[in-house]
This record gives sequence, structure tokens and C-alpha cells, in this order.
Amino acid sequence: MNRFTYARAEQVGDAVSAAMQRRAATFIAGGTNLVDLMKENVARPDHLIDINRLPLQQVEETEDGGLRVGALVTNADLAYHPLVEARYPLLSRAILSGASAQLRNMATTGGNLLQRTRCFYFYDTATPCNKREPGSGCPAITGQNRNHAILGASEHCIATHPSDMCVALAALEAVVRVTGKGGERRVPFAELHRLPGDMPERDTTLEPGDLITAVELPPGRFAEHCTYLKVRDRASYAFALVSVAAAVELAGGTIKEARVALGGVAHKPWRDRTAEALLRGKAASTEAFQEVAEALLQDAQGYRHNGFKMALAKRAIVRALGEAVSGRQAS
Amino acid sequence: MKISFKVNGAARELDAPPLQRLLDALRLVLGLTGTKEGCAEGECGACTVLLDGEPVNACLVPVGQCQGREITTVEGLGAAGHLSPLQRCFIDHGGAQCGICTPGVLISAEHLLRRNPDPDDDAIREALAGNLCRCTGYQRIIESVRAAAVLRRADARDVGDPRDVGDARGARDVSHDRQEAP
Ligand SMILES: Cc1cc2nc3c(=O)[nH]c(=O)nc-3n(C[C@H](O)[C@H](O)[C@H](O)COP(=O)(O)OP(=O)(O)OC[C@H]3O[C@@H](n4cnc5c(N)ncnc54)[C@H](O)[C@@H]3O)c2cc1C
Ligand code: SF4
Ligand code: FES
Ligand code: FES
Repeated sequence: MNRFTYARAEQVGDAVSAAMQRRAATFIAGGTNLVDLMKENVARPDHLIDINRLPLQQVEETEDGGLRVGALVTNADLAYHPLVEARYPLLSRAILSGASAQLRNMATTGGNLLQRTRCFYFYDTATPCNKREPGSGCPAITGQNRNHAILGASEHCIATHPSDMCVALAALEAVVRVTGKGGERRVPFAELHRLPGDMPERDTTLEPGDLITAVELPPGRFAEHCTYLKVRDRASYAFALVSVAAAVELAGGTIKEARVALGGVAHKPWRDRTAEALLRGKAASTEAFQEVAEALLQDAQGYRHNGFKMALAKRAIVRALGEAVSGRQAS
Repeated sequence: MKISFKVNGAARELDAPPLQRLLDALRLVLGLTGTKEGCAEGECGACTVLLDGEPVNACLVPVGQCQGREITTVEGLGAAGHLSPLQRCFIDHGGAQCGICTPGVLISAEHLLRRNPDPDDDAIREALAGNLCRCTGYQRIIESVRAAAVLRRADARDVGDPRDVGDARGARDVSHDRQEAP
């Protein structure tokens, strides 16, 4: 670990201005990702701003009938919140499919959004990695890439975003509230995370000093017909190889709207509205789901060890949509 | 940084770097070595303690975040000669072998049984999903927790009948002490 100073912030404004003063200042929330990265010397902040005392612990209903989740609400409290269980079961399931009870009790909403990739080269400072050391190269492209991206990758980085919660938030079209240099702003979820392109060191579109204060959920329309399907190496407590958040709104027997977000396949939760639109106005059927799955994966590219994800993702999409429509979530 | 918190019911104060791991504060500063270190990165659960009643990985919790809060370690569940029903069941049912994972498993199981006095095997498995064990193959851990749930429910019933309390509990403690010191 490098040397750093530490301070506790009591107000949102103080936290942001403190973060702006030092180039390598970093917020610490639950610490479940950051402490690990600091120990491995992957993260080297010179100043830590502890944000745990900020008044961002509430889950409140918004005027439009949605929900505002403070950035410090723990993953456990959010998953078990009665309003989330009732109106956004997709979010509860996604959160509970991730990590362990111990971790979910510490991990926060803001921290989950900004957790870093689990690419092992990124963690291993003895190897090159463009995300950690821009310009040093990407050994994953020709190396161990079983867990890596099949969509939206670049020649500079093929890492995936590891969060389960974020896949549900992408499907639900959440909005992220951010306070930064220019005051407060609202970032649509799809615009928070970015593709690696030629700047894989940047996971998100946030600027230095930006503090996430809350995540807002639009009114819940998918409580009856949604599912989170996570495919992984063990039944519990592993990151996703592929995950699917599927949410459907039905009118009579036909699909009014469908949302499909994929985890474990790209540098960000993956959505494709053109593909989703294929389902609009259609009767639910396996053929229709297969068509969407083909469309979602049409630009997919596998590497040496992760080509299997393409077929796996398609099958997972078909199954998840089937479960969402029938309103039955298999465990 | 000065930090005051409660550990196993007793007020403690220490002067520690804010990012010192709760695990080191417990083991090295307070001498509570019951909590174990396995992986040191949140995967194995050997370091599990309760923070305000909820299980967390002490290897990832900066002690600076424990200011004013309450911690329960395995030492807080029971001590030699006064083991809790849960601890006794791990001995009786072979739920512990090398013992590295045991303190963390006990804490996760204790948390489960406080919330759910009659868990089925799936609930036990899910509650212990964050606790890895290389020795037992898990089956005996699950049997130990299941047995402890039965004992605890019996104990809870005993409390309902004042005539039984002393006898029932005393009898079990004695039989247990014998097993503990061969
Ligand atoms: C063994 C293990 C297994 C796991 N398995 C899964 C899994 O299966 N699925 C899954 O989704 N996750 C998994 N996780 C990841 C876990 O969910 C994250 O570590 C956690 O959500 C991070 O939250 P935190 O509050 O601890 O963040 P911290 O570690 O405190 O912070 C993470 C990053 O976010 C920044 N940050 C935090 N809050 C804010 C804010 N409000 N504004 C701006 N920046 C902020 C910090 O500066 C830091 O860069 C796992 C983690 C471990 C250790
Ligand atoms: S995939 Fe990305 S994170 Fe992994 S080694 Fe390549 S550049 Fe680094
Ligand atoms: S030592 Fe803390 S989880 Fe392994
Ligand atoms: S008893 Fe040895 S690791 Fe569980």
C-alpha cells in the first residue's frame, strides 16, 4: 500500500471540494473493493475521503412514484427493502445473486456501481494492463480470457464490468444523481459506464471529484414479469459468466415492452434497444425470444477461451424471457 | 485516530490508523484471536464477525468505520466451559476439523438462527455461502447447524416453563464439559 492521508466528510459539498483539491483523492464507502485494490497496489490514492457519514442512507419514494436510493444504502438493505421487493423484485434478485451476505452488508449502492473489473491481469501488478497502466498492453487478449467480454470490446481492453446490481439497474433505466464541480446533475444509467475504446483506464463517464449521491428508479412496471438469471461456475458466490436481467410488460397476450440487459459480456451492462423492440406488439413465444437473442449477439466476438459465452448468452436470454413472461423465476 | 466501539458487549477504545483492518484490530490489538484470517480478500469468510448484528468480513472492514458500533466475535458466542448450543453442536456433529473456517461459520450460523429459528438445508447453505471450508465437505457443518436449531428451539421452550430452566440447561452443560476435556 502507498502512503495516503485520510479524512471523514460530513457534508456532500465538503466531500466534493476535498476530492477536487488532490489529483489522486478517492472516496471510500464500504471499502470492499477499494481496500483490496489498495492492498494489491492497483489503486494508489494519495488522499482517502471517507463518505460514510454523509446523509445518503435513505430509500425514499419520489414524487413521480419511483424510488430514490441514497448512495450509501447497503446492498443488503436495498435488496431486502419492502418497496424494492414489492416493486422492483428484479433488483432484489440481482443483488442477492451477487457476492456473499458478509459483503452485501458492507457494500454500498455507489460502490457497487463503481466497482472495478475482475480481470486478473488488472489485479496483478507484475503484468501489463492498459486499464491499470495505460499503454502497457492487454495480455488478456491472447491469454486467460474465459471471463472476458464478447461485446463492445476493443483492441486495448476486453474486460467486463462485474456487477449484478448494475445489470438490473440498466434494465430498469435508473438515473444516477451526481454532484461534482458544476453542481448536481442526473446521468441516465446507460451513460454512466462506457466502452473501453482507446481509454480503458476510464470505466465511467464521471469526472474527477464527482460524487454519486443517489440512484433513482422510475415507477416500477415490471414487478409481475421479470427475472434475473445468472450463469456461473458455482451455484452461489461467484461472478457471472453471463447474466440476463429480463423485464416484460404484457397487455393481454402481447408484449407491450421488453427490456433485456446482459452482464458478464461487456465493459458495461449491455443493452440493445433495437433488439428489444423486436418483441414489441408480439405474442410471447420461444421463436420471438430466439430472434431477440440472435439480434443481441449478432456482433459478438469470442476470444480463445470465452467463445462459449455466445451460445450461452443466447440460451440464457431465451430462458430468462420465458421465465419473465410466465412470472415464474426458477432459482 | 481514536476509535471507541463495543466488542462482545464491552466498551473498547483504541488508537489505530483508520484503514487498519478490523481483523488486525481484533487479533493484534485487542488479543481476540478467535477470528481467523484465510484469504484476506473477502472470499473465504474465516474472518466473519457481526457488525451491529450483521455478518461482515473483518479483513475488508477498515476499523475507522467501526466508530460507535458494536462487534461480536466468536469469543462473544461462548467460552470454554460455557459453549453455546451452536458451538456444542459443531463438536458433537463433526462440524469442525482443522478449525480455521469455524469461527466465521459459527458467526454466520448464529446470525441465521437469530433470524430464522427453523431453517431448511437450503437456507443454511445460502447463509453459509460466504464461508468456505476445505475440510468437512460442508455436510457436517449443515448437520451441526440443523442440530443447533433444534436445541435452541428446545431451549426457547424451556424458558417458557420456569421449572425446567435450571435443570435442562445445567444438564446439557455438564455432559458437554465432559466431552470437551477428554
Ligand atoms: C469476494 C468478492 C465477491 C464478489 N462478488 C460479487 C458478485 O458476484 N456480484 C457483484 O455484483 N459484486 C460482487 N462483488 C463486488 C462488491 O459488490 C463490490 O465490492 C461492492 O459493491 C463495492 O461497494 P463498496 O461500497 O464496498 O465500494 P468501495 O470499495 O468503498 O468503493 C469502490 C469504488 O467506488 C468509489 N465510490 C464508492 N462510493 C462512491 C460514491 N458515492 N461516489 C463516487 N465514488 C464512489 C470508490 O472511490 C471506489 O473507487 C464481490 C466482491 C468480493 C470481494
Ligand atoms: S482486459 Fe482490460 S483489464 Fe484485463 S488486462 Fe486487458 S486491459 Fe487490463
Ligand atoms: S480472510 Fe476475510 S474473507 Fe477470507
Ligand atoms: S474445518 Fe478446516 S477449513 Fe473448515
